[in-house]
This record gives sequence, C-alpha cells and structure tokens, in this order.
Amino acid sequence: MPVFYGTEIASPLMLGTAQYPSPAVLAEAFRRSGAGVATVSLRREAAGGGGAEFWALIRELGVRVMPNTAGCHSVREAVTTAHMAREVFGTDWIKLEVIGHADTLQPDPFGLVEAARILTEDGFRVFPYTTEDGILGGRLLEAGCEVLMPWGAPIGTGLGLNNLYGLRTLRAQFPEVPMVVDAGLGRPSHAAQAMELGFDAVLLNTAVARAGDPAAMAEGFARALEAGRLARAADPMEPRDMAAPSTPLLGLAVLE
Amino acid sequence: MKITVNGTQTEIAATTLAAALEELGYGEARVATAVNESFVPAAARPGQALAHGDRLEILAPKQGG
Repeated sequence: MPVFYGTEIASPLMLGTAQYPSPAVLAEAFRRSGAGVATVSLRREAAGGGGAEFWALIRELGVRVMPNTAGCHSVREAVTTAHMAREVFGTDWIKLEVIGHADTLQPDPFGLVEAARILTEDGFRVFPYTTEDGILGGRLLEAGCEVLMPWGAPIGTGLGLNNLYGLRTLRAQFPEVPMVVDAGLGRPSHAAQAMELGFDAVLLNTAVARAGDPAAMAEGFARALEAGRLARAADPMEPRDMAAPSTPLLGLAVLE
Repeated sequence: MKITVNGTQTEIAATTLAAALEELGYGEARVATAVNESFVPAAARPGQALAHGDRLEILAPKQGG
C-alpha cells in the first residue's frame, strides 16, 4: 500500500467527502471502498452550525483525514487556511491547492511553489495539487514536498487522464517520489489506468458522490485500483501496430 | 463595537477574541479563528484584543474534495 511521509495508508483510494446525497451514503461509500484517506475542508461556521456533526461522522469512518485549501487563490489565503486546518483537524497533512483560474481551477504554479515552501518550513506535510509539468514537479520537491499530486483533468470534469504523455513522463522523471493522480477522474477505468502508469494512489470525489449509486461506484473504484495495481506489478505487454496470431501456426491443417 | 464576523457586520461587547466567541454562542465549538486575515491559535484567543472594524473569520470542519 502507498506510503506518504513515512505513513502507510490502507488503500490507494483517497476519497473526498463533499456532494453526497446524505451523510449515510457518504459513510457507506467509505465502507464499501475501504478508502484510506478522507479529504475535508474548512468553511465559515455559524454559531450552533453543523461542523460538529460532520466532524463526528468523519471520526467514525476511522480513516486518516487530510484537509485541503480548496478555493484559495493566493499564497496568503492558502497558508492561513492550512494553519487553521492543522489546529482544527489535528494533522500536519495538507492538500495544498492554490488555484490560478476560477474557470479551469488550474493550479497557480508560482503561488503553489511559494506556499509549499512556506508550509514545509512551518512543519506541514504538503500534498500539492499540481499539473503534470515536470519542471514544476521538480520545484515542488525542492520546496520540500515528498509527494506530488498531478491532476488527471480539471476538478469535477470526469474527463480522466487528459495528458497521458505528460503523466507518464512525470512518473518516469521522478521514479522514487510517491504520486497521486488528483482530480478529473470520472470512471473506475481512469483509476485503473493511473495505477497501470505507476501512480501510487488516486484522489477523487465527484465521480463517486455524483454517481447514481455512490457506494457502488466507490467499490467499483476500489476494485479498479486493485486491478491496475496488479497489472502494473505484472509487467504488461508492449502494444504493437501489427497483428500477431496467438494460436500457433505450427500444425495448421492444409484444407484447400 | 462593530466588527465583521464571517462577512456580516456584528455588534459585540467583548474586547477579546475568546470573549467574543463566548458572546457569539460558539462556546466550546471546534472552530479555527483568524483576525484581519491572520490565524489566531486557540491558545492565543484570550490575549487577542479586538478593535472596532476588525474582521473575524470563524471556520469549522466541512465537506471537501
């Protein structure tokens, strides 16, 4: 199972907690998938609001919690949110998002590196939501990150692995660095593909929460991840352009 | 004095952050706080003075992806 910052997690599935039709469905999705990490956020709370109930639900899941800095567009916002999250959730793990554009939700690479450096110096274990850009990946590692989380596609699109070449290259460029494909996955086949490429885990939310049956879809993702992991370890054949018969030609009858 | 609490103008009598949370009804709630865009740890709330026009953010665990 994947190891991040010296901690092994129970599953290569990191699952978001937003957009489920009900808390019960959320809990069932986690139970059936065996997800090892739950991502959470911080938002404004009215007096007597629902934060306590949600926190109790997450605690009952028995999974590791990773807060995010979703919605932050500046370094300052992201760093301040991370500090607030560390206090509330009691973890130094942070999914670092510094968003560069409101429509694409593409990471701001410049702000991301700066925020990663600040947070690493402040003792955080940073999981940066990044692109598949290898130069950016290298800068994040230099800033102190020990994990990279390239996007598959923009958040919430469900388009899958948009840039196979880029992801494959990133994987090859830093073979020892744990990597998570974060965002843009829509179907279990996308998750299997990420594992076949050699990624260590995937992080997703919408594909499960917005499925007609979220718990079944969560289990589907878990099985696909296992299939992809097995395939990667089994050294898949190389594709080829020309057909090659699998049945031996030797001994073929002459019938005309 | 008037301060802004989570984006809403609010009249409070308290002069420290800890007292303001109590006055606003947060009690022992699991929340994180920032004053004027700077994080204020829970341990520092009793000593965090509030002034007219301050901007207070009170955040709690929520769903996230």
